Amino acid sequence: MAESYSASNPPRRSLLSKVADLNWGLLFLVCLVATVGFAMLYSVADGNWDPWASRQMIRFAVGLAVLLVVAVVDLRVWMSLAYPAYAAALLLLVGVEVAGEIGMGAQRWLALGPINLQPSELMKIALVLALARYFHSMTLDEVSRPVRLIIPFLMILIPVALVVKQPDLGTSLLLLAGGFGIVFLAGINWWYIFGGVAAGLAAIPIGWQFLADYQKNRVLTFLSPERDPLGTGYHILQSKIAIGAGGVFGQGFMQGTQSHLNFLPEKQTDFIFTMLSEEFGLAGSMGLLSLYIAILAIGVLTALRARAHFGRLVAMGVCITLFLYVFINAAMVMGLVPVVGVPMPLVSYGGTSMMTIMFGFGLLMSVHVHRDVDVPRHAGAFW
Amino acid sequence: MPKDVRDTARQAVFTRRAAIASLGAMGLFGTVFWRLYGLQVQQGAEFGILAEENRVNLRLLVPQRGRIIDRFGVELAANRQNFRVLLVPEDARNEGVSNVEEALNVLSEIVELSDYRRRRALRDASRNRPFVPITVKENLDWEEFARVNINLPDLPGIVPDVGQTRYYPIGEHFAHIVGHVGRVTEEEQLDDEDPLLRLPDFRIGKLGIERELDLRLRGQAGTSQVEVNAVGRVIRELQRFEGTPGEDVVLTIDEELQRFAAAQFEGESGAASVIDVRNGDILALVSEPGFDPNLFTFGISESDWAELRDNELNPMVNKAIAGQYPPGSTFKMAVALAALEAGVMPPHETVFCNGHITLGNRDFHCWRRRGHGAMNMRNGIKNSCDIYFYEAARRLGIDRIAAMAERLGLGYPTGVPLPGERSGLVPTSGWKIATYGTSWQQGETLITGIGQGFLLTTPLQLAVMVARLATGNEVLPRLVRAAGHDVEQASTNVALPQMPLGIDPAHLAIIHDGMNAVVNEVGGTATRSAVLGEGMSMAGKTGTAQVRNISSSERESGVVRNEDLPWRLRDHALFVGFGPVEAPKYAVSVVVEHGSSGSGAAGPRARDIMQRALERDPGGRAAIGNMALFPVGGTGGGSDG
Repeated sequence: MAESYSASNPPRRSLLSKVADLNWGLLFLVCLVATVGFAMLYSVADGNWDPWASRQMIRFAVGLAVLLVVAVVDLRVWMSLAYPAYAAALLLLVGVEVAGEIGMGAQRWLALGPINLQPSELMKIALVLALARYFHSMTLDEVSRPVRLIIPFLMILIPVALVVKQPDLGTSLLLLAGGFGIVFLAGINWWYIFGGVAAGLAAIPIGWQFLADYQKNRVLTFLSPERDPLGTGYHILQSKIAIGAGGVFGQGFMQGTQSHLNFLPEKQTDFIFTMLSEEFGLAGSMGLLSLYIAILAIGVLTALRARAHFGRLVAMGVCITLFLYVFINAAMVMGLVPVVGVPMPLVSYGGTSMMTIMFGFGLLMSVHVHRDVDVPRHAGAFW
Repeated sequence: MPKDVRDTARQAVFTRRAAIASLGAMGLFGTVFWRLYGLQVQQGAEFGILAEENRVNLRLLVPQRGRIIDRFGVELAANRQNFRVLLVPEDARNEGVSNVEEALNVLSEIVELSDYRRRRALRDASRNRPFVPITVKENLDWEEFARVNINLPDLPGIVPDVGQTRYYPIGEHFAHIVGHVGRVTEEEQLDDEDPLLRLPDFRIGKLGIERELDLRLRGQAGTSQVEVNAVGRVIRELQRFEGTPGEDVVLTIDEELQRFAAAQFEGESGAASVIDVRNGDILALVSEPGFDPNLFTFGISESDWAELRDNELNPMVNKAIAGQYPPGSTFKMAVALAALEAGVMPPHETVFCNGHITLGNRDFHCWRRRGHGAMNMRNGIKNSCDIYFYEAARRLGIDRIAAMAERLGLGYPTGVPLPGERSGLVPTSGWKIATYGTSWQQGETLITGIGQGFLLTTPLQLAVMVARLATGNEVLPRLVRAAGHDVEQASTNVALPQMPLGIDPAHLAIIHDGMNAVVNEVGGTATRSAVLGEGMSMAGKTGTAQVRNISSSERESGVVRNEDLPWRLRDHALFVGFGPVEAPKYAVSVVVEHGSSGSGAAGPRARDIMQRALERDPGGRAAIGNMALFPVGGTGGGSDG
């Protein structure tokens, strides 16, 4: 391998060698998790491929293609695309604000021909890329200079503010936590972290006022579920009953009574983990979570192994985002955190989050494939 | 090219922080695992039960209410099919759009639909989940119902349905016996654990047999365990336990005789009872005017209720058992019998009646101002001579009169299974002291001797009295022949053992002779009431019960004739009788409120009722029980009539 980076710009590798270098273990795990999703969607529809499982498979197939394409594209290309992508995503977010269509009571969608684009999803990827690029060009000392932090903070907070306004609490939390996760990994001084946590706590009462009523309700219901046993609290209670009723080995595939009798809300999307827990019990729920942990472990190892700082940050950014998805969703359906609309990646029905996640895995794979590529401090036009 | 030196430091920090982040993530995953363990292992069984409760819903299957039928099987209370039109809002689609209003419009072209019903249907539709059927119209006639069924293809969401409604085919003349059903009140729910009472459409017996035998008529609810989804829609039935339908109740009543007897009261207020003296069967128990019990099934309207409540003739009171009247002269047989049994009045001893006797400083008058002359017991009864019975009462004293009255069934409830029965009143010296704190006066004994004063009886008690006088047996009135499975054994308890009262038959014969003379002998007080017909005859006694006191000044100036008094102040007219004279089968009592005269108002009615009873006397005609369920004889010819 030594000869591959003998020059600052190593020779381009053939597509074939890149494909041969793919992390097949990661790919296998991704397919396995997606298959679990197909099975659950098949069960949700009472043993029918339609309307969910079949479409989900098509989307996954498209997502897989996206993953592979993203994986073989050179990291330097992604580096050079980072800022334009971020700028585009930001523009679209503003566009939603201006011309967004009302979907589920929230302005999240932008109709672009046949596709309903969700700019906040795009932003999840773009933010990771942009922050990674920003810190890639910076030494450890520079990272902690206050002036240098203004830009990344704005890069995080502007889209978060726009998404909160939509209002989409789940996505804004993902952006916020994902963004500051990268800032943390970049090596920001601990004092900023302590100060940030303190400021964050102090900001809670102020932030509270910006929440929509239904969001306030969710938080209040989370804090005391019995205040609304038939509203939001009802969903969580029913979800807990379903999970609990699963026991150790579950009620069996397609036998989950709570899910099939519609006691669960949105069971094909946000509450699909509940259904899995009911039908496959502790074994099934822990099994699925273990698959995610395995994927995350591969991701973290990929990050640690990457030669380019950009690659490390991108890989960890993807890991953080994936972790947040999985944790928030699982914790939400079992009443550990308030109900926020976050799907279970690859398993929940839904095209947009599927594309985001697969694109993210593509970047992770790209970091893996290009783990030995040296990315220049300031990327020009690489291609 | 060697690795960038500047990168080494930030890579070290990155590695460290990635490890910290991973540890943090593992910690958070740990809490999720811990929670899963708690929910699925520690609380798994508990949540399993909750899940099952979520899923399974118990529905009640309403049992069919038992019928109430007369002794020959005529239905007095039955269940009628209630043709209804229901609407399932979610199915009421017009080109894919759910439209309840449009569905109602189309329906109203087929059956008449009032604005009120339409508004209520719209309201119900908006208040319930769209799959819940709402009642649009009830009690359709067959033609309307058929029209709906034929047009069903054009009526999306409309569901024809057949429910059950309590129905009283013969209506008002049986209302006091059969009673009626109505909605369950909160108090009734408190008293009774039966889950059926919690159903909004359930009806419970409110009056009459419907109320007294409600538990047997009601039956027991079945259950159906159904799987429901989160919004309560039934997915499938898991298990079903059929309930027990309510038992049929067979009354001793003869529907035709009852109807005939009731018809005799056209426009009058009163009561009549007919008892089979051989077994106590109540063949008719009339209280008029009646009311239509069907009015109560769906809740009576304000105006209908006001009409019943304000009617001067008290249609809601069952006068046969809850009306208490002084028996007047019909009580004289009891006094005579008491005197015979006590030996204080030899039957041939005569008492001279000159129209009045004086006791202390008070005059006691005979109804015949000029008097009857010398009266023995038989003629005393025949002429209803008051003076004779003043004397008999005087010799007996109140307590011996009361004892005989009670032996004849007066002064306590007959125990007929109907709500609201009054016990009447047979005064004794002890009762007077306990109630008024003053001692019994001899004058009070005298007026008790002619059935006035404190004495109160119900028409049914009077019929029991005359039945006991006719047979010398302790006739116990019976209204229910059989219920439920007992219907099959009805024939076996035809001949209820009738315990003898222990009265000397010779004494009874004297009473019978007197009562025969009343009706069938020239000069009797009720000769107008003789029953004519081969093998038919009746003995009886008239009675006229004063409603007001006649003052001495009025007596001086001449008693005002009843016809000149306002209705409310006129005397009650009474008659008791039994027939045929030689071998008594039936006892009858008639009370016409404010009918003025026993011989004028009550006697002829009793005569017609008795005549009809004797005409209908089957002499082998089998009542239900020996008939319906034992078609091929063999049960030993119960000819109880």
